[in-house]
Amino acid sequence: MTKARVLIRPKEGILDPQGKAVERALPALGFEGIEHVRVGRMVELEADDPARIPELCEKLLANPLIEDFEIESIDGG
Amino acid sequence: MLWGVVQFPGSCDERDALHACELSGGEARLIWHEERDLSNVDAVVVPGGFSYGDYLRAGAIARFSPAMEAVAEFAAAGGPVLGICNGFQVLCETGLLPGALLLNESMRFVCRQVELQVAGFSPQEWGQSFNLPGETLSIPAKHGEGRYWAPEEMLDSLEANGQVAFRYAPGQNPNGSARDIAGVRNEAGNVLGLMPHPEHAVDAMTGSTDGLKVFEAVAGSAA
Repeated sequence: MTKARVLIRPKEGILDPQGKAVERALPALGFEGIEHVRVGRMVELEADDPARIPELCEKLLANPLIEDFEIESIDGG
Repeated sequence: MLWGVVQFPGSCDERDALHACELSGGEARLIWHEERDLSNVDAVVVPGGFSYGDYLRAGAIARFSPAMEAVAEFAAAGGPVLGICNGFQVLCETGLLPGALLLNESMRFVCRQVELQVAGFSPQEWGQSFNLPGETLSIPAKHGEGRYWAPEEMLDSLEANGQVAFRYAPGQNPNGSARDIAGVRNEAGNVLGLMPHPEHAVDAMTGSTDGLKVFEAVAGSAA
């Protein structure tokens, strides 16, 4: 089994209200100078055939119209 | 006229949709998500709710149900399909309609009556109910992920092709939708989706019967 991590994020240029809300909350906690916060999603999975992971990302884990994704393999569990 | 109303685990507006279909003239039956048989069905409604819990993205998992495979074949053969709210999200995820529905700009669930401007219909395509472009319908909207989005070039081509079916009236956009778009149809014109709920506006007791016009228009296109 190959362990992998898929990072999914909203495409550049698409308003991300969650990221904006986090960004607006930071100064109140004393974290100044933080910009361009984007909130995405992370999916961990184990696959018999890692060659199929890109396809399942395109079809289900991400909506390629609105989201970009990256696949990372996780070594050593 | 027989309507089929798809029911996923997590659908919640299918009963109101059945009622609206019957009020618009005709019979209606539920189509369970595991069912593939749409024989004798003249028009399909994909109703609102939270199909499969809306896990991952709203509508993302419903797309792979046997019923949606049958609906895709039905639509490809020219059958009329109406997607409401979660049904609109499902149709976008399935690729039967262009664009996507994102988290409301406010991040809040909205639940309010909205005025919709009708656009992009011709009487030949959608029956007599929609022969007045610019007519305004009063219909409730209730959703957390209703912000219509598509790339700019796609929005331009939707407008050029008359695929923008409904817009929120000026000042009424409840979710930050691009160009105030509340509903779109496919290029062929037989698949229509919108975020507000026409099935909740079919009885004067609840304030508006404008939603019936949407069902009548779809029924008209099935004839």
